[in-house]
Amino acid sequence: MTEFDTLGKARDELERRAARRGWRPGLRESALFDRNVIHEIQRAAREGIYDIRGFGAKRAVPHFDDLLFLGASMSRYPLEGYRERCDTDVVLGDRHAARPLHLEIPITIAGMSFGALSGPAKEALGRGASEVGTSTTTGDGGMTPEEREHSTTLVYQLLPSRYGMNPDDLRRADAIEIVVGQGAKPGGGGVLLGQKISDRVADMRDLPQGIDQRSACRHPDWTGPDDLEIKIHELREITDWEKPIFVKIGATRPYFDVALAVKAGADVVVLDGMQGGTAATQEVFIEHVGIPTLSAIRPAVDALQDLDMHRRVQLVVSGGVRSGADVAKALALGADAVSIGVAAIVALGDNSPAYEDGYEEIATSAGFYDDWHEGRDPAGISTQDDALAARFDPRLGGRRLANYLRAMVLETQTIARACGKSHVLNLEPEDLVALTVEAAAMARVPLAGTGWIPGADER
Amino acid sequence: MRAPDDDPVVRTVDLAATPLREVNAALHAVENGGPRRWRVLNPRGAHAVAAGIDAPIEVDVEGHVGYYCAGMNKRAMVRVHGNCGTGAAENMMSGTVVVDGNASQSAGATGRGGLLVIRGDAAARCGISMKGLDIVVRGSVGHMSAFMAQRGRLVVCGDAGDALGDSIYEAHLYVRGDVGGLGADCVGKELREDHHAELRDLLERAGVDDCEPADFRRYGSARRLYNFHVDHAE
Ligand SMILES: Cc1cc2nc3c(=O)[nH]c(=O)nc-3n(C[C@H](O)[C@H](O)[C@H](O)COP(=O)(O)O)c2cc1C
Repeated sequence: MTEFDTLGKARDELERRAARRGWRPGLRESALFDRNVIHEIQRAAREGIYDIRGFGAKRAVPHFDDLLFLGASMSRYPLEGYRERCDTDVVLGDRHAARPLHLEIPITIAGMSFGALSGPAKEALGRGASEVGTSTTTGDGGMTPEEREHSTTLVYQLLPSRYGMNPDDLRRADAIEIVVGQGAKPGGGGVLLGQKISDRVADMRDLPQGIDQRSACRHPDWTGPDDLEIKIHELREITDWEKPIFVKIGATRPYFDVALAVKAGADVVVLDGMQGGTAATQEVFIEHVGIPTLSAIRPAVDALQDLDMHRRVQLVVSGGVRSGADVAKALALGADAVSIGVAAIVALGDNSPAYEDGYEEIATSAGFYDDWHEGRDPAGISTQDDALAARFDPRLGGRRLANYLRAMVLETQTIARACGKSHVLNLEPEDLVALTVEAAAMARVPLAGTGWIPGADER
Repeated sequence: MRAPDDDPVVRTVDLAATPLREVNAALHAVENGGPRRWRVLNPRGAHAVAAGIDAPIEVDVEGHVGYYCAGMNKRAMVRVHGNCGTGAAENMMSGTVVVDGNASQSAGATGRGGLLVIRGDAAARCGISMKGLDIVVRGSVGHMSAFMAQRGRLVVCGDAGDALGDSIYEAHLYVRGDVGGLGADCVGKELREDHHAELRDLLERAGVDDCEPADFRRYGSARRLYNFHVDHAE
């Protein structure tokens, strides 16, 4: 077969598929009212309630893809791959805590609740992260004995809902993360629909079984940064000043929020951009509230630098991290580590074509599945159904996650060495250029091939 | 109810002289042998006094305290002879905390067990997100009390402010006086015989002997917000 035959066949196939969908030349779809918009209007007209889903923002926003590394050449020299050291370890929380976290890699697993995820999925996250020397995080639903057992380093979240909160788990944890907000829904509380409120989940949260749970969005016993400072003090007293205290915020006004978190006494600030994943949130929230990860990092680092706290209070960035390139770019912009949610679940097997039959049964397809709130996940990850959860092998899942994390670290090191850095934290904004004017302005690096940083003289 | 001054088994610590950190560390270490009765002098509004205890000890705090006194208490009996700032006995697990004065907002927030007694009044959000704790307030409570209360009992011998029990789940609320207003999904409920018994027991355990169960009214969830309303206009 010649190349033309192949191309011709491909074109024929595309046209056949388009015809099946009802399109032929001359039918013009509206950019405003495309088929997804029409579908959503008609769904709303039928149900009278907003759409809830999992995953992160699906619209395209300026992101790490819009940045490139320059690499070394004449003026800087690179390091030899494999032979010359390029370290990846990070310390989190050495400002006040007697026992800061020592992680071998700058990639952590973000908070995802037991409830949103099955017990075996949580176990797999613990296994995978522990294998490569990094941490996992509990979520809105408390700590399970299984995840404590399988995670060498476990961060325990204190959320507005306080489901399952108790001092024993605080003392069992390696660090405490006060969740002020989440990138997918800054200003919103947790949602967990009745299908996933099994007896065990209901019991852990002190809720009736089967309700559609809408959790609080504000903490019940503090409001504002002055109170938060006293709250942090209380948590330190309860745990005898041993544990690092993280404060997690959704990216909205990162300069002020990071400054206030530092002032309140945070050891670590976790900054989650708008693309950050969620197990269940109103779609309108996911797509329309918060600012992109790329645009949040520089102002956050400014706040730390203005307070002389950069690298003393560590910055963990999340929201759309998928590869070593993303990790390297976040670090170069000033983060101390990154955190992953959706990518970790995908590494476990979520949205894998291997489950295509299962996805078809619930009217979706591999690569599109985001109804994690419904608990019918054919991969057995975002479910509380025992039969579905039993399909998932936590050992295999853990191995996959560990492999994925290793690959990302190798990628990060590849870039860091190319830029001549003996530690991944030595990457810096000067190593970067931007592909678009927007990304150049947000990341404050020059547009590729120019010296132009839009808005550079405004700060 | 107070530990006597000259009791040799009582350990007295003075917050005017000893840092709070040392006092709390000592209270956390009593499980390894140590005095079972403690007096804390001169709290002078300090925060997190006696927070995080996990031992069957008795602690008398002699004066006013700041935020989160006896926070996350387990097993201990903590008596505050003064007023409490925000979040007294927040997320308490078990034991008893008695406030011999008034409590500021969010008293007993998210508490999961044990008994919190407030002899004076409690401010706004008393029992917010409570998860199994019992609270008895001899005086009145402020607005938004028992907001999203999940489990446990809140007894108010005086009045309750606006929006009582907003978005409440399965907690039982009893109020003797007036209610400024009921929050979303909170409704008046019949006071049956088992509720009388429950109330009588709580009042007794709280040492309230001048209130009759029959004088209370009960409030709880209408359970109309438990599930989303999804229409099917097909
Ligand atoms: C399934 C799932 C459950 C989550 N649950 C929580 C949670 O309980 N608490 C929380 O703070 N964030 C939660 N998140 C958000 C993550 O902690 C994190 O902020 C986000 O996933 C990072 O963005 P990424 O998914 O693009 O990596 C959840 C995310 C996912 C995907």
